[in-house]
Amino acid sequence: MHELSLTQNIVELAVQYANRNNAVAIRSITVEIGALSGVVADAVAFAFDVCSKGTMAEGARLDIRRIAGVGRCLRCLRESQLEALTHVCPLCGSLALETMQGQEMKFTEMEVD
Amino acid sequence: MCIDCGCNSHPGSAHQHDQHGHHHDGGTSRTIRIEEDLLAKNNRLAASNRARFRAVKILALNLVSSPGSGKTSLLERTLSDLAGRITFAVLEGDLQTTNDADRIAATGVPVKQLNTGAGCHLDAHMVGHGVEAFDLEATDILMIENVGNLVCPAAFDLGEDHKIVVLSVTEGEDKPLKYPQMFQAADLVLINKIDLLPYLQFNLEQCKEFTRQVNPLVEIIELSCHSGEGLATWYDWLSREFIRKRA
Ligand SMILES: Nc1nc2c(ncn2[C@@H]2O[C@H](COP(=O)(O)OP(=O)(O)O)[C@@H](O)[C@H]2O)c(=O)[nH]1
Ligand SMILES: [Mg+2]
Ligand SMILES: [Zn+2]
Repeated sequence: MHELSLTQNIVELAVQYANRNNAVAIRSITVEIGALSGVVADAVAFAFDVCSKGTMAEGARLDIRRIAGVGRCLRCLRESQLEALTHVCPLCGSLALETMQGQEMKFTEMEVD
Repeated sequence: MCIDCGCNSHPGSAHQHDQHGHHHDGGTSRTIRIEEDLLAKNNRLAASNRARFRAVKILALNLVSSPGSGKTSLLERTLSDLAGRITFAVLEGDLQTTNDADRIAATGVPVKQLNTGAGCHLDAHMVGHGVEAFDLEATDILMIENVGNLVCPAAFDLGEDHKIVVLSVTEGEDKPLKYPQMFQAADLVLINKIDLLPYLQFNLEQCKEFTRQVNPLVEIIELSCHSGEGLATWYDWLSREFIRKRA
């Protein structure tokens, strides 16, 4: 639900890194969004067009990589893949799971000229 | 202007990896690898808030719930009932209006409104600046009423000691299963509006069971801001945590 502020953050970072690296144009930006981050990738893609307008990131391609959710069951201690917002251990049915992966939202790389 | 949060500075916490010149089709492009957590800035500011609160021994609580669960009502009751015993300050997160802040101001407790506009959560930056309005040395407990939303505030650490979820009995007992991240992040769940139980189908035991399934260590207090039932247990919890923070 906070895709807008997150996307502003992405554009801000992209422009900062581009300037620091003396780039003249940004071709693409790659971000990773975890399945359990509560962030909807489509909404980020949509917000990106709005947020990048008038900045160096305007027209850049946004690549969004999805990271699967992984949790560890606190009862049977086994790891399994988690779907967004449904934390049930598929191996033993317990609901007490510790999230191992999938909550991240990362700016990973960009391609510049 | 703002040294602590470096409002205009470069992202400091990122480590930048090798910046190598790839030669793609155009011949001029290169790839910059970055690996920066988009929440890193918030986490850094939250850590700085937490250090500040620790230095003056303030207990900071982050109240989250769906809209209308009774966060502001709970604050009104708590601030009046504990007036003279505990000194509070309140940050009110709200999308647009100042209604909640006005309700708190009526109790005589210092309150600062944080309008998030389109934002669906408070972040550590807003809180860091928000508390500048208060005399922190003279404050015992900082109450932060977050925006009514059980999804986004789970991701944004504010520097609080505890997240508290307020859940009202009009909401359905399966809320903990629908918003597990938030219930997992909480140290205390307050089940509010129990005065309404006789009129509803709400299964209180089932709700507590779901909550514990998602978060086995969480504390649960049932209460009503209207009838006052259960409030004494909540006040005991507050004093206990406050004393623990002072120690
Ligand atoms: N019956 C009943 N109503 C309550 C209780 N606590 C709050 N309310 C009502 O719930 C509504 C929303 O409360 P409010 O404090 O504004 O919720 P917030 O959005 O979480 O801040 C108001 O009409 C309150 O009067 C309670 O314990 N019992
Ligand atoms: Mg309110
Ligand atoms: Zn299991």
